[in-house]
Amino acid sequence: MKDSEDKDKIQKNNSLNEIPTYNEIYASLCKRHTKAVQDRISSGRVAVVGLGGLGSVIATALARAGVGHLHLIDFDRVDLSNLNRQQYRLCDIGKYKTEALLEILEEINPYLDIKIDSIKIDKCNIKYIFENDNIVCEAFDDAVSKALFVDGFFTYYKSGVLISSSGMAGLGSGNDIITRKINDRFYICGDGKNGLESGQQLFAPHVGICACHQANMVLRLLTGMTGA
Amino acid sequence: MEITVNGEKYDVRRGISLFEYISESGYDMARTAVELNKNIVPKSGYKNCILSEYDMLEVVTFVGGG
Repeated sequence: MKDSEDKDKIQKNNSLNEIPTYNEIYASLCKRHTKAVQDRISSGRVAVVGLGGLGSVIATALARAGVGHLHLIDFDRVDLSNLNRQQYRLCDIGKYKTEALLEILEEINPYLDIKIDSIKIDKCNIKYIFENDNIVCEAFDDAVSKALFVDGFFTYYKSGVLISSSGMAGLGSGNDIITRKINDRFYICGDGKNGLESGQQLFAPHVGICACHQANMVLRLLTGMTGA
Repeated sequence: MEITVNGEKYDVRRGISLFEYISESGYDMARTAVELNKNIVPKSGYKNCILSEYDMLEVVTFVGGG
């Protein structure tokens, strides 16, 4: 793989304060992933609900992979306490997570189609908010909200896949975090056991493992693999 | 009658509803999702969902963190 030619071109562009073109970024991704795989990833339509320790990491991983259409949803603002595991920077404190994350992702790949909704999911909007998304990653931090969301998603959507999450607190073995396939439309990532209820805390690497399990499952689905 | 829950076989009374099974088994209903024979059952349907012999259930209980 010849990276040096790309590097020269991009360094030349940066020295002129130009960002790589759409074609340059696309070609770079194709070189890494192969064109056949990249075309499938680029056509993906993925929603990430909750942009905290899980969601911000999922969204960043998917943006880096070049998922073409991202739908990011969270009502909250960035707080200093988020920075122990979420992708935000000091300069993002006080901003809506949606807007801060959009800014971060646009500096990774400005050519992705990213829709943001700075709202809380409720009984009304859940009925239509995912109508353009094929895969939804649930990234809430509260157990009751997770269960309610699963309930709502399967009540109102008869197609599309949900990748949910449960159990990622503490510093147990990273090997305990798994992806579990419940059925063709429902996957759950996590260890299923270690939650905030047990008094354990959330750490960047451990939560990140769960987030990347979710992001990994997204890419598996986009490239035609349905097993966990 | 026999049903399977999370891969284990259990004996339950005939006519039991999913709502009754979940409540009586000690699950926290607010934190659970139930798949019955490969379909997620909406909570609004638990009371009317009468279990049949050899039903296969996956009961997922969520914990907090994210």
